[in-house]
Amino acid sequence: MGNGTSIGRVRGLGSAKSGAHHWILQRFTAVGNMLLVLWLIFALLQMPGLDYESVTRWLSQPLVAVPMALMLVSIFWHLKLGLQVLIEDYIHDDGLKFFVIMLLNFYAVGGAAFGLFAIAKIAFTGGIAA
Amino acid sequence: MAISILHRVTGDGLAIVGALGLVWWLVAAATGPEYYDYFLSCATSPFGYFVMIGLTWAFFQHLFSGLRHFVMDMGAGYELNTNKMWSLLLPLLAIVVTAAIWLCIFAEKI
Repeated sequence: MGNGTSIGRVRGLGSAKSGAHHWILQRFTAVGNMLLVLWLIFALLQMPGLDYESVTRWLSQPLVAVPMALMLVSIFWHLKLGLQVLIEDYIHDDGLKFFVIMLLNFYAVGGAAFGLFAIAKIAFTGGIAA
Repeated sequence: MAISILHRVTGDGLAIVGALGLVWWLVAAATGPEYYDYFLSCATSPFGYFVMIGLTWAFFQHLFSGLRHFVMDMGAGYELNTNKMWSLLLPLLAIVVTAAIWLCIFAEKI
């Protein structure tokens, strides 16, 4: 960052140094969630049944497994950013804030990992059995 | 004010109940037929339907107020009447869409 001009000092730097990045990622993942969750809702509405056989056969198709995996990443990323803002707004004790944001990171990464593993397992094994 | 609180409340609900429900569904399908049937019996219990209808509403409420954020990020829609109209209209729209989706689902069952 140059210190010659005021714009050079300000560009990309807020009080937290990275606020704009958080803000823009929240928007990107919001658009991702909108497209992918609407896709999921309409896809589920068109399914003849939601029993084990139909669902695993459906999930094992590449054109379903991949959007589903992307949706999980987008959802858990977005909820991590959103809940982080909520925590920062309401928890003012630094130690507790550190701890709760750590738990949030575990939840976001762990939840996405469980979901992705489940999709991968169905995609790689469900198609053959079905 | 109310719409801002609704945005947060629906966001929290989706982040915790919605995301966990989604992962539960996928993990159930990856685990096997018996466990998936157990999941289905929970999801299609009266409480399960209550949660799923609630999540549908929360999703559309959060989506619509999120889209309102996008418009306002661009610096538009701040005029008092415009702002008020959308903040009254969007919650109604969310309820209408939720009702339409669940009427479709229940109509097919009958």
